[in-house]
Amino acid sequence: MLATLLAAGSGFVRPAIDWHALAPEVILVITIAVALLVDVSTDDGSRWTVSSVAGIGLLAAMVPILTLAADDSSRVMFGGAYVVDDFALVLKGLFLVAGYLTILLSSTTIAEGDYHEGEYYLLLVSSVLGMTFMASARDLISIFVALEMLSIPAYLLASWRKRTQTGIEAGMKYYLMGVFATAVMLYGMSLIYGGTGSTLLADVGQSVAGSFGDKPVAVIGIVFTLVGFAFKISAVPFHHWAPDTYEGAPTPITAFLSVASKSAGFVAILQLVFIGFYGRTDTVRPLIFVLAVLTMTVGNVIALRQTNIVRLFAYSSVAQAGFILAPLAVVGSGGTDVADKILSSVVLYLVVYTVMNLGAFGVIITVSRRLRSGEIADWAGLFTYAPGLAVAMGAFLFGLGGIPPAAGWFAKFQLFNAVVSAGTPAAYAMGVVMAVNSVLSLAYYLGVMRTMFMDDVPDGDLTPVRVPVPLGAAVGLALVATLVIGVVPSVVADMADGATFAFLPGR
Amino acid sequence: MKDLLNGWGPTAAVFLPLVGVAVMLAIPKSEETLHKVVALATSLAVFVVGVGMLAEFDYDKTAEMQFFVNKTWIEMINSRYIVGIDGISLPLIALTVFVVPLVIIYSWNHFPEPHNPKAFLILILVLETGMVGTFVAQDLLLFFVFFELVLLPMYFMIGVYGGEDRKYASLKFFLYTAFGSALMIVAILATYFLSPKVNVGGEMMHTFSMIELSKWGGAGLAKGTAVLIFGGFFMGFGIKVPMFPFHTWLPDAHTQAPTQGSVILAAVLLKLGTYGFVRIAIPILPVAAVEWAPVIGALAVIGIIYGALGCLAQTDMKRLIAFSSVAHMGYVMLGIATLTPFGTNAAIFGMVAHGLITGMLFFLAGTVKDRYHTLEIKRLGGLLLQAPRMGWLLAFSCMASLGLPGLAGFWGEFPAILSAYEPAEGLSVPLFRFFMVVAAIGTVFAAGYLLWLLQRVAFGTPTEEFEGKHIHDMHLTDYLAWSPMVALIVILGVYPNLLFKITDGAVVHSLSQIAGG
Repeated sequence: MLATLLAAGSGFVRPAIDWHALAPEVILVITIAVALLVDVSTDDGSRWTVSSVAGIGLLAAMVPILTLAADDSSRVMFGGAYVVDDFALVLKGLFLVAGYLTILLSSTTIAEGDYHEGEYYLLLVSSVLGMTFMASARDLISIFVALEMLSIPAYLLASWRKRTQTGIEAGMKYYLMGVFATAVMLYGMSLIYGGTGSTLLADVGQSVAGSFGDKPVAVIGIVFTLVGFAFKISAVPFHHWAPDTYEGAPTPITAFLSVASKSAGFVAILQLVFIGFYGRTDTVRPLIFVLAVLTMTVGNVIALRQTNIVRLFAYSSVAQAGFILAPLAVVGSGGTDVADKILSSVVLYLVVYTVMNLGAFGVIITVSRRLRSGEIADWAGLFTYAPGLAVAMGAFLFGLGGIPPAAGWFAKFQLFNAVVSAGTPAAYAMGVVMAVNSVLSLAYYLGVMRTMFMDDVPDGDLTPVRVPVPLGAAVGLALVATLVIGVVPSVVADMADGATFAFLPGR
Repeated sequence: MKDLLNGWGPTAAVFLPLVGVAVMLAIPKSEETLHKVVALATSLAVFVVGVGMLAEFDYDKTAEMQFFVNKTWIEMINSRYIVGIDGISLPLIALTVFVVPLVIIYSWNHFPEPHNPKAFLILILVLETGMVGTFVAQDLLLFFVFFELVLLPMYFMIGVYGGEDRKYASLKFFLYTAFGSALMIVAILATYFLSPKVNVGGEMMHTFSMIELSKWGGAGLAKGTAVLIFGGFFMGFGIKVPMFPFHTWLPDAHTQAPTQGSVILAAVLLKLGTYGFVRIAIPILPVAAVEWAPVIGALAVIGIIYGALGCLAQTDMKRLIAFSSVAHMGYVMLGIATLTPFGTNAAIFGMVAHGLITGMLFFLAGTVKDRYHTLEIKRLGGLLLQAPRMGWLLAFSCMASLGLPGLAGFWGEFPAILSAYEPAEGLSVPLFRFFMVVAAIGTVFAAGYLLWLLQRVAFGTPTEEFEGKHIHDMHLTDYLAWSPMVALIVILGVYPNLLFKITDGAVVHSLSQIAGG
């Protein structure tokens, strides 16, 4: 039997592998291996070393990203299924930074929680590895593999607090919903594969722009595939898992899910829409228009009523996903410069949103350590005993609300910019919906501000908040980035503008 | 000096307060005196820069942007750091840099609860950056950033240092303005995309430059589109002014804000809206402005009458003054709505005069609150007996506010009414004459409520509650803070040309596309 297998495989030629292009992923794999070895060879007292190894590994993976960026040429592997272009590099960098900040956020919580420290970081890095794959995946199969690779560790991490009901619920909901979404997505992909005869996005793009695109089944395939990712980014009406999962998961994982996992979903959507389905934007547009409007509005309206800070951020991140979807609702109307604007604005918002949201979660984790509660009411008077944290949180909240000089304003402006540039009545309608929603979101961000700055401290307890070094570092980094990007937006805007796909069919 | 100011004048005026903030952040909270000194020194430094620019300003070329700077800011969308000062912005910048030090002096021993001079003074300085920045910015996006920046410190000032209903008032203030701004951003973008591209270093790009956009003036834009875009600007600026029916945030914000906040709100913040109309909405979209003018005029006169009637119904002194602001801003908007140089000049004069006079009234109201611990009009009385100097100042300010000739208020109000007699070409003359009559009736109401206020608060004898109690008259800080304002009210009243001379050239220039047909 072995002989037949070998005989069947004799025609196999090893594909050319560009090791430089794969270097970030290779470094992550090595990091996982080293972390595993460190984990099994150390006793419980020194498990913190695993977090250091993971953190250093993520930073080390940044190095080849920078050299690849300096190299300035796109690299294509595996017959076009795996592409390292500017888009991939920017997003990979984003995932690595998000992963690194998450490790900073995690180390204190996980060390104190008596959880399986070693495994935690292994899974985290594995998930980041899946995300870096996603940024390069230009094939239906590799997108699917990357999605599973980033999701499965995330399912486990979400149920990390396995001794609590909410922890189990978090993992279970996330898992079941995720699997269901994947099934829907796979069905959509199979329809597309059946119609186009290829899994390669570039080929799919040509077929969709050509004869296959006219068939009704193309519409079903496109819609199902996108809906699968709508779960991932928690778009309404597929958002029901988000609040419970966010509340039950360890807070650093909530932060991770709300930025990195969501960004990975958006990366897949961008790749599918711009490369695969660009020939049928007339199908994509109305679908995303409805999704975006619903997501923004429902997320914001429900967030208004939240009393738990993490649930508030869960709904806020639902609403933010709606904002990020908004430019895609005008994709394909107006020329290619509009398409470029849409891509660049979404990437920019993902970057800025990641920084601000992780910063906000850093403050939440730090403050919750003292308060031992997630109720917003308990945050009252934070400014009197922890002015620094309160001001930092204020900057993140205003950033998320889009008020200058915190970073969010320019990112949000660019979303408006991309939407309005399409110039269609639908585009202007979307602009007005976004404007109204910005104000809605401000209402609950300001609610938190009011509690922190204007309410009296409950029971007059003025003990200062102890800020562990890693948390302080994460919040500090995010705060500096938020303010610098806010005043000089070019520092990231140019980068986001350059994050373009190497090859776009149908243009 | 001239060269230095040319390159750095507006920039210094905008960012010096932030330097002061940085210094204050490094000083511990307990060093209160040091904080006061640093804040005052910073605001005085900004004032000196302002005076320097007043001195170096070329008054023969008020229509031109002076102290002009044009530098790269956000290259990818061609939004630039363009700042400059012309005859329209100069008076308002002068007003801002003039009022802020006075507010800080007034604060010296009057920090509102929760007493935290460091945070309070930092808020005032950040506010100054936002206000001056709005008046010097000549790029729509830069303008928008400063316009929004103003919200933050004011939100905290009302919300943290305000009265009983401060949380409600601050939220209302923020959300109202943010709503206007959000629609304005759509209007800004629509303007950006529908205007022709300009040459930037060899590449053709859209522009946010107000100067370029004013030159374009909406040429070739479909009338319906222009009217819609103007609507976006109208929401942004009209809420800020505030115009009827968007005024409801104002009485709450004013009543709940600490004295300093009310003064800055009345003196400068409300002018950001009217300035926006004069600087941005009308010059860039003159055709749409003609379409909108009757609506603006109508809302303006409704505001005049409604504000006045509102005043008559108030039992709280501060709330009464707040409603009088609605009425006064109505005159300003009426002047603007005529789209004539005469009316717009009057409007700018009205902005400055209202800033000084209403600022002064809020100072007095704050002091009354400080001494009597109430602002309820029926509990007050006999201020002239108990604190004669304050009483006379109140009388003076009320007279100025109702538009007594010889004081500054007159020159904002009277020409604005007069300008409605002959509005710009294309506007309905009978309609505006009707507005004129209504506005004139409004002045009678104004005299009514202000004199009634004066009569109840200052005349007569103190109520039983305060009879025989010692009421401290003015402190040294009050003298220092108020005398420059009083002086200016008189000077501008006696010699209004001081201001008209500055504004006229710039106003004529900004309306050239309307006057030229």
